[in-house]
Amino acid sequence: MTAILKRELSAYFKSPIGYVFIAVSFLFSGAFFWLFTLSVGSTDISYVFLGMFYVYMIFVPVLTMRLMADENKLRTDQLLLTAPLGLMRLVMGKFLSAYIVFLIGDLVMLLYGVVLSFVATVNWILILGNFVALALIGAVFVSAGLFVSSLTESQMVAAIGSIAVNVALALINIIASVIPVKLISDILKTLSVFDRYNEFTTGIFSLNGVIFFLSMAFIFLFLTVRVLERRRWA
Amino acid sequence: MIEVRNLTKSYGGKKAVNNISFTAEEGQVLGFLGPNGAGKSTTMNILTGYISSNEGQAFINGVDILEDPIKAKSFIGYLPEQPPLYFDMTVDEYLSFVYGLKKCRLPKKSHLNEICEIVKLTDVRKRLIKNLSKGYKQRVGFAQALVGNPKVLILDEPTVGLDPKQIIEIRTLIKRLGKNHTVILSSHILPEVQAVCDKIVVINKGCIVANGNADTLARSLSADHKLVMQIEGGSDEIKKLLMSVSDIERVFVGRQVDERVWEYHIEAKENADVRRDIFRKLAARGYPILMMKSNELSLEEVFLKLTTGDEYGGAEKIEDKLDALGKAGEDK
Repeated sequence: MTAILKRELSAYFKSPIGYVFIAVSFLFSGAFFWLFTLSVGSTDISYVFLGMFYVYMIFVPVLTMRLMADENKLRTDQLLLTAPLGLMRLVMGKFLSAYIVFLIGDLVMLLYGVVLSFVATVNWILILGNFVALALIGAVFVSAGLFVSSLTESQMVAAIGSIAVNVALALINIIASVIPVKLISDILKTLSVFDRYNEFTTGIFSLNGVIFFLSMAFIFLFLTVRVLERRRWA
Repeated sequence: MIEVRNLTKSYGGKKAVNNISFTAEEGQVLGFLGPNGAGKSTTMNILTGYISSNEGQAFINGVDILEDPIKAKSFIGYLPEQPPLYFDMTVDEYLSFVYGLKKCRLPKKSHLNEICEIVKLTDVRKRLIKNLSKGYKQRVGFAQALVGNPKVLILDEPTVGLDPKQIIEIRTLIKRLGKNHTVILSSHILPEVQAVCDKIVVINKGCIVANGNADTLARSLSADHKLVMQIEGGSDEIKKLLMSVSDIERVFVGRQVDERVWEYHIEAKENADVRRDIFRKLAARGYPILMMKSNELSLEEVFLKLTTGDEYGGAEKIEDKLDALGKAGEDK
């Protein structure tokens, strides 16, 4: 697993992808920070986080599109799948590499809190709640992206597919609210990523929410393993 | 060391590999020979655990690849048809990645140095794989298979796309490795398998058509009772003379080699040795024998015979067709 993690991390920073992702994170969060907080003289940075939720929904797939699709295309999956290595470890290595890059982009958010604390009293619980929420939703986006990437040989298809999955995940509560059948609508509502996300942003730290996001991420990782396994039997 | 039992693999109803069984012992080089699409790569992919079989079992060093894939895979070094290389890495980075991937325990620096010496990569270790020539890329693929000093090496068409000098180098390397590894290599090139392998498995359309060592394979299909001769003299008289030798069943007059020299293909009864009788008859009439050889099939012919059921394979048929076309053209 560490071998894969190391290779993927170095691949991110050998190509522009890693830098581009981090730059985009910094650029948008900086712009939002100025727009929603500094320029209006507010100390509430939850809008900055909310903005980043949408940015990551679109940009995390750029980070994950390469992960498996490229292996499928270059047939280097033959090396990975014939190595004495469990599939879950392989998938975890891939996941962690992308997630670490994501966190580098995400960590800058805490810096904005520090900046604010020089000029005003800051509600750190709120900031931390938002940060954790974004980190958790990031894990879901990364694992979903990894899953979609394992389904295809084309990075482009992987990127577009994962954006679609992420948008669907984010919009589940809206879809749920227009479905007239109460049972289905209730089930969809419990799956709503956005509602759970909102809980955190108000500073409520719920274990339920943490478990929800982690199991969501795990399901996608598990599905990725299944895809790799299924290829053996195809 | 490697045992394959009744392996079957279908892709969408079509059997790519059909009930094949063979074994390879330790220190043996087994050649897997067959035309393109015969099922060579499929078999190798099953052996290495990349894909699974529908039926049958494959044991690597006594471990079933399906039951304990991780353990079985740890015995194998695999060079797929297309070497699995990351173009954005240097040779050194790539090999140390593979070293980590295979959870190798040997002392890293000296082990990788040794491998690079063996496959002659030492000069290019700091270069990006992307920028290497095809021959070097193949060698990096080879080096990757050697990492961890696995007991079994599985090489899928290891010499494809290399220049003749590189091919000879790789073959020598395989022979050398074969002394203390079990090697399975696939190829559709006969001389290669003949030159390198102790044992040959011929496969066609997913089925094994022959299995044995190179010499016995040729012998079992050889035709001692068939002779090719070149004799000086009128072809009609010589044909009659040859037919008068007892035990000779058929004589074909082949191409004209020279003025008054023809080639003759002679078929005697099986197990009959007619060479002395022929010599005496021809000598008595003063026809000089310029060449006489028993028509032992080369492995190439054996192969064609096995896979197409015809000594001359499709080649003669195509020639016939071309002739026919040519004649048709002349007629017009």
